[in-house]
Amino acid sequence: MANYRDQGIVLRTYKLGETDRILHLLTQGRGKVRAVARGVRRPGSRFGGRLEAFSHVDLQLYEGRNLDTITQAELLAPHARIRTDYAASAAASLMAEVVDHVAQEGERDHAVFLLLRSGLQALDAEPADPAIFVDAFLLRLASAVGFHVFTDACAVCRTPGAHVFLSVKAGGALCADCAPTGTRAVDRPVIDAVALLARPGEWTVLPGLARDQPAARATAASYARSFAEHHLDRRFRAYDAVPRP
Amino acid sequence: MYEGAVQDLIDELGRLPGVGPKSAQRIAFHLLQIDGPDAQRLADAITRVKDTIRFCARCWNVSEAEECRICQDPRRDPAVLCVVEEPRDVLAIERTREYRGRYHVLGGAISPIDGVGPEELHIRELLARVGEEPVEELIIATNPNVEGEATASYLSRLLTHHDVRVTRLASGLPVGGDLDYADEVTLGRAFVGRRELGA
Repeated sequence: MANYRDQGIVLRTYKLGETDRILHLLTQGRGKVRAVARGVRRPGSRFGGRLEAFSHVDLQLYEGRNLDTITQAELLAPHARIRTDYAASAAASLMAEVVDHVAQEGERDHAVFLLLRSGLQALDAEPADPAIFVDAFLLRLASAVGFHVFTDACAVCRTPGAHVFLSVKAGGALCADCAPTGTRAVDRPVIDAVALLARPGEWTVLPGLARDQPAARATAASYARSFAEHHLDRRFRAYDAVPRP
Repeated sequence: MYEGAVQDLIDELGRLPGVGPKSAQRIAFHLLQIDGPDAQRLADAITRVKDTIRFCARCWNVSEAEECRICQDPRRDPAVLCVVEEPRDVLAIERTREYRGRYHVLGGAISPIDGVGPEELHIRELLARVGEEPVEELIIATNPNVEGEATASYLSRLLTHHDVRVTRLASGLPVGGDLDYADEVTLGRAFVGRRELGA
């Protein structure tokens, strides 16, 4: 059967038999891959601690009918600080849970891969307030798979402007004409906070938002959760485990 | 499909961990062939374990009495408490013959992705013990994987305001292994936790 090499991030693991594990990985080239790591739970395993959840690894695998088998693994980034901090670990679990839900086997998605990698890097570098990275991750991931949140134009008629109505179902900010009666108007800083959370690439500015605008951030955070859970069609179990200020 | 009793037995055996339909069939026919008393012994052992074994009221280890043998043993040091995930882990540590304190079994580890939070474990009972018993040191011996580390980190945070020393089992190189096969995480931890020789 065919051998192949790819790099991937370990999303989650299940125990299998006495000493094995089944791993869900997000790979760079093949989307989600389910693979077996034989003997990985034995203390003397040649994989050692390389295949723990949230590790970014370079892998050699061979294809099986159901599950692929990992034959070699090299660490690219262990993200070890995440695992020694409860809050960061819970936040990384949520990121992994969401990606495990949206990623498809055999469907390469480079945007999601890069997003997960940068999200874990952000958690590993600054685990002080992991919840803010989770909020941003939810909106950015939704955007990467096609549900972009509109903040500087109306989500329905696309009229640009600083609108103040916010809707989960419609997909972001709404102008006064498009907002259905009863839609709640929010403070503009809330929409600015949503925009900052959703903007791709920027992780380092997020702790500042959490510090300077706690009220807008809290509203934006609960919006991010509703938005992701509504459009990705699932309640995320790890969400409540992430400690919030 | 087989007739009534045989099929029932196959179905029940097939629900055991690691036993597939084919193995269940093999075991069922083995049980059919062996002598009556041998089969009865197995049946009795299962009934007895379900009737007599419960969880220790103090440490949640498996026990035949209200409290387990370790908790009842006056020679065990009440000042040291070793926190483990499963009763199996108690056995593993007992085999080392290095530890003379007592235990606390959590009944699992925190795993946000599986929806297992601190409330699902015996953490409240652990805090009660720290308050009531003369505990000076808590040794956290959860597994060195994501769930075990998350649990350890959660416990150490929770216990910062208690007057108790919280320690974690060391991680490092497996005895009998080769250095160049060790992964970076393990080798890195072995470096951080290195000790002076002859001390």
